[in-house]
Amino acid sequence: MQLRTLIERILQLIPVLLGISIIVFAMITLTPGDPVEIMLGDQISTPEQEAALRRDMGLDLPVHERFFRFLSNALVGDFGNSFFHRRPVSDLILERLPATIELTLVAMLIAIGTAVPLGVVAAVKKGTLIDRIATVASIFGVSLPGFWFGLLLIMLFAVHWHILPVAGRIGYDFEVPKVTYLLLIDTILAGRLDSFLDALGHLILPAVTLGLPMGAILMRVTRTSMLEVLDQDYIAFAAAKGLGRMRILIRHALTNALIPTVTVAALETGSLLGGNMIVETIFGWPGLGRLVVEAIFSRNYPIIQTAVLLYAVTYVLLNFAADIVYTLLNPRVKL
Amino acid sequence: MTEAQMLKVRGLRTTFRTRHGAIKAVDGVDLDIGYGECLGVVGESGSGKSVAFASIMGLVRPPGRIEAGSIMFEDRELTTLDPREMQRLRGKEIAMTFQDALTALNPAFTVGNQIAETIITHDKSDGSKRDRIRRARARAVEMMTLVGIPDASRRVNDYPHQFSGGMRQRIMIAIALACRPKLLIADEPTTALDVTIQAQVLDLIAEIRATLGMSVVIITHDLGVVAEHCHRVLVMYAGQVVETGPTENVVAEPRHPYTSGLLRSIPRLNDRNARILPIKGTVPEPINLPDECRFRPRCPMSADGCRVPIAMRKIGHDREARCIFAGDEP
Ligand SMILES: Nc1ncnc2c1ncn2[C@@H]1O[C@H](COP(=O)(O)OP(=O)(O)OP(=O)(O)O)[C@@H](O)[C@H]1O
Ligand SMILES: [Mg+2]
Repeated sequence: MQLRTLIERILQLIPVLLGISIIVFAMITLTPGDPVEIMLGDQISTPEQEAALRRDMGLDLPVHERFFRFLSNALVGDFGNSFFHRRPVSDLILERLPATIELTLVAMLIAIGTAVPLGVVAAVKKGTLIDRIATVASIFGVSLPGFWFGLLLIMLFAVHWHILPVAGRIGYDFEVPKVTYLLLIDTILAGRLDSFLDALGHLILPAVTLGLPMGAILMRVTRTSMLEVLDQDYIAFAAAKGLGRMRILIRHALTNALIPTVTVAALETGSLLGGNMIVETIFGWPGLGRLVVEAIFSRNYPIIQTAVLLYAVTYVLLNFAADIVYTLLNPRVKL
Repeated sequence: MTEAQMLKVRGLRTTFRTRHGAIKAVDGVDLDIGYGECLGVVGESGSGKSVAFASIMGLVRPPGRIEAGSIMFEDRELTTLDPREMQRLRGKEIAMTFQDALTALNPAFTVGNQIAETIITHDKSDGSKRDRIRRARARAVEMMTLVGIPDASRRVNDYPHQFSGGMRQRIMIAIALACRPKLLIADEPTTALDVTIQAQVLDLIAEIRATLGMSVVIITHDLGVVAEHCHRVLVMYAGQVVETGPTENVVAEPRHPYTSGLLRSIPRLNDRNARILPIKGTVPEPINLPDECRFRPRCPMSADGCRVPIAMRKIGHDREARCIFAGDEP
């Protein structure tokens, strides 16, 4: 891919992101209830105080100036203060973000790491017992509700067998210096195997729960596209060249079969953002998803709005990433 | 024939077992290919040409299976050869090009990459990996030049979709020839191309055959192509060989009505008055065929004697035809 087309694609993102911020701004503006009243809550205040607060928050300005202010603030990461925490929203979100990123990344790794090999094996051994088991498993994976599966895992592994902790991110007795804020990495950097294993133990159940539906879908996609690719002339031609079976399967077939898988994976990662809220709540995972759920229950609009903005932007960027990877894998497509 | 043959196939039977029954795609095929010889294989669509040569390459995939017969390549019996030996032989000693170069080349890799891959796979010399890759890439450019691709050293990094149909066919030929095989099987090298490009590709194959001294099989629908380029011809119909012999003799005086039909259906540019007469009907799917001459339902000469299985009959010392009206003795 040429640098120029890449830059063009990045420039194309700008109107999309602008559109998103307009929608989020409209949400803020159109939300019923006077922000000043909500913010002041039960406190007794004079009309002068209220007016001062209004001026402070820029609520007395015309709407386009307010949008401009919102946009420039958002660009430097200023999303205002949370109603109840009385702290900047950005601080609250940044505090929770690493846990969510870690959970999501590991869920993705688990999903892709099991789905792709399983999909390939199911396609190569089409119609055999392995293929049937994989098919049934993926149907379960797609259709089981995440909260039910999560609770089942907790009951089995934590309550019944006592192998894994019920909730949380790491045990209280473990303290490691924060470098990347991703515990799995920080514990390794600190050279603490025991902390690493503890963090991993906390992570594994929520990550599996979160990754299951994505893995199930990716497995189906990989199997289907692999079957299609294996039927292509270029696979037979690769065999006619005298290449070995493994080389044909991995290099010639999988490279092409992964194109739809990667695209779907990027899109499915977007849906992990939604899954996070459920999984984090069940497993008491101190991430963004739980923060948002709490904010929804307490009508903490600044947090909800910022999270919506963040989710939407992430989703757009994931789509962009899917496009780029699709192009890199598929030379026929010109951006 | 007395001279040593490179390839000797006897009684080859390849069957696809499907839900609807066994498709006998290749049903008792005998064929010989001599050193340096060019054999033309003709027959309408579905007559079993591709399956026959895929069987020789060991490339038939389930539900297809070679059920009987012998394939002797020089001194090796390919039907029982160790799979690993067979893999070493493919692409190195017997190479094949496919009908449609667009679908036969992998869209995800550059053409240079795909040519070099074959070379590296069969390169059993020592030397560091990097050395072998460098040599293979240099050779890929050489091969592309050999098959007449202009500006090869630049185009080696292009992807298949960036080439025209004729150029893609040449690249497939370059891949097939990269390891200097003893036998090249070209499956319909020209079907997907327009007429002028067809002639160029066929001339290229003829030229390379002469320079490298290999044997060539050209599979085609077009007896005209065979007449111009091949020493001998093999006519296939519904999984069987129906006529074989030196091209000039077969074309001048066909002994099987199917061959005559094919000849009448060639458009002749130099004879505007001759009418093109396509053979009526189509090739039957080789599934549950009655034990009789397979061409009988479409044959203008069919008689009562055709309702039994017909064996190949010798005509002179170098021709054979599967028809009761052919043969030296009635
Ligand atoms: N994978 C397969 N499964 C079932 N039947 C097959 C398969 N491949 C080929 N056949 C059958 O074998 C017969 C011969 O096919 P083949 O491809 O050899 O014909 P062909 O002479 O090469 O025709 P064409 O000129 O169209 O390439 C056909 O009847 C076809 O239906
Ligand atoms: Mg064919």
